[in-house]
Amino acid sequence: MVKRKVVIQNDLGLHARPAAKLAEAARKFQAKVYLRKGSQQVEAESILDVLSLACTKGSIIEIWAEGEEAERAVSEIVELLTEKIS
Amino acid sequence: MKKLKGIGVSPGVAIGPAYILLTGRIKITRRILRPEEVSREINRFHRALDETIRDLEEVKKHIPAEMSQPLSIIDAHILMLKDPSLIRETERYIRESFMNAEWALRKVLSRYQQIFLSLGDFYLRERIHDLEHLIDKVILTLQGQNNQTTLKEPAVIVAHDLSPADTARLRPDTTQAFVTEVGSRTSHTAIVARSLGIPAVVAVKDVTETVNPGDLLIVDGLSGEVIINPTQEVIEEFLDRRLECQERKAFLSKFAKEPAITLDGRRVAIRANIELLDEIPLALEFGAEGVGLYRTEYLYVTRRDLPGEEELYRTYRQVVEGLSPELVTFRTLDIGGDKFAQELDLPEEINPALGLRAIRLCLKNPALFRTQLRAILRASLFGRVRIMFPMISGLGELHLAKEILAEVAEELRREGVELKELPSLGVMIEVPSAVAIADLLAREVDFFSIGTNDLIQYALAIDRGNEEVAHLYEPLHPGILRLIKQSVEAGHREGIEVAMCGEMAGELFCVPLLIGFGLDELSMNPQTIPAVKNLVRKLSFEECQALVEEALNLPTPEEVRALLLDWFEKKDLTLF
Repeated sequence: MVKRKVVIQNDLGLHARPAAKLAEAARKFQAKVYLRKGSQQVEAESILDVLSLACTKGSIIEIWAEGEEAERAVSEIVELLTEKIS
Repeated sequence: MKKLKGIGVSPGVAIGPAYILLTGRIKITRRILRPEEVSREINRFHRALDETIRDLEEVKKHIPAEMSQPLSIIDAHILMLKDPSLIRETERYIRESFMNAEWALRKVLSRYQQIFLSLGDFYLRERIHDLEHLIDKVILTLQGQNNQTTLKEPAVIVAHDLSPADTARLRPDTTQAFVTEVGSRTSHTAIVARSLGIPAVVAVKDVTETVNPGDLLIVDGLSGEVIINPTQEVIEEFLDRRLECQERKAFLSKFAKEPAITLDGRRVAIRANIELLDEIPLALEFGAEGVGLYRTEYLYVTRRDLPGEEELYRTYRQVVEGLSPELVTFRTLDIGGDKFAQELDLPEEINPALGLRAIRLCLKNPALFRTQLRAILRASLFGRVRIMFPMISGLGELHLAKEILAEVAEELRREGVELKELPSLGVMIEVPSAVAIADLLAREVDFFSIGTNDLIQYALAIDRGNEEVAHLYEPLHPGILRLIKQSVEAGHREGIEVAMCGEMAGELFCVPLLIGFGLDELSMNPQTIPAVKNLVRKLSFEECQALVEEALNLPTPEEVRALLLDWFEKKDLTLF
């Protein structure tokens, strides 16, 4: 299983719009994408759960996925999170 | 079947499905499902969710191109409604705890509230309000009323309270009855319901929680009964009662257009209180001899900006022409207190009933007052017009108001408007100090009109909208009877006519006293005119005067009430 770690770079953190972008992206794939921050893990598709992780700037997030398109999903989401989305 | 009891404030019987109008916080019913209902409830939840999402997508389409972004906050909202975790949790409460969908959604919401409120980040914490708002929308959709203000099928409106703006948007033809949790005989809902002839019951505790949307309701606007999901037997009994009411109405309306003259020949003018142009045909049909109170606030409270002179003039002229040759009595703007105009941006007052309202507000905003007076004077050329000022508490206010009226008239004449004579001028007697100086006021005006709603409120220090004290609101209080007597006598000594235009004028129970006081005019909701005229024709002025003498000697409202009941019984007069 592919696991990747990223650091949130956006000033506002993973707020509503980036979280929406993330959820939207996660829904596209034949895969379940998960995020983990500390001991909490959530589905990327759940915008509410992602918001409740409170990923502020500088938070370290681990990303992995299960399913047919797991690899593609993880790489696209990592890309999304590392570009300076606002 | 379940029975509730409130105060009947507008007579009539209605049977129809409940439509719950949510004003203020949304109240939800908690229901434990039977196991076989679970899958249906989950489907219901999904349908409401889908409908709400479609609504949001519709909203998104209408966002102007220059404001749209590839991913707007509305997209985030849509994703919140599609959130797998939200859906899973809600379904779990429905399936495992047998909660109805509304309750389950509230449970899920409260879990997110806990999580979000503990977040350190202010911006993220605030997002919970988005979710609260969205879940309310879904709950409203579940309850079949996301589209709150357009009621397509006839229904009984059930609400916590109705603001003037709420009632203004309801269409009379689809509103079968009003039922509210708060209110009194003189609250706005009651007044509007009576003027529209729609049965209404107020002060029905927790009705928005007890009644489910679509429940069949019987509303008896006279007894104050509200019956939820009645049995067939009860429905038939009420249909009979409604028929009886209609037959009685038909009988009364046959003689509605005849004047009201007592057995011993005293004629009393019976006029209508109206608020809308469309009420005129109805008022005339019910036998109104003109309008004793035209409330002019409607054009101000139903919009954000203030109406201009032309718009006012056009409406006023239609009112004057529609009533001609009968007269119409314009009450100048009585805004403030429980009514409002958004553009005036009135400061919030701790005690609005004692605050900046009616004539005080007009004198403080002369431009507002002048615009209205110009429109009234211009309209007065097309029929018979009287003007009266509300809330006059002393001579100073009257002098100022008269001065402005004279200036406005002069201005119009200079502009070429052929104002030969000015309309008759009156004051409302509704502040206790006005009664005390009624002799002084009477020398300066052409008529009085006693506004009992406010007079009683101010004299007895009762806030008519406050449930805790509403029962102390008492027209038959000896103090009130004396104030009325004093006002009538002061007016008559100066040779001016004295009218009454408060609710009391249309209370059949009070009519013999009012005739006995010597009032020259009673002005009331159009619907009550036929019954009042019918009663007046059976009374003798002399006997009514004797009745007043007797009533004035009684120390409590209860004894006055007992006296009246006896009297009605002795005379074999009915009370409807």
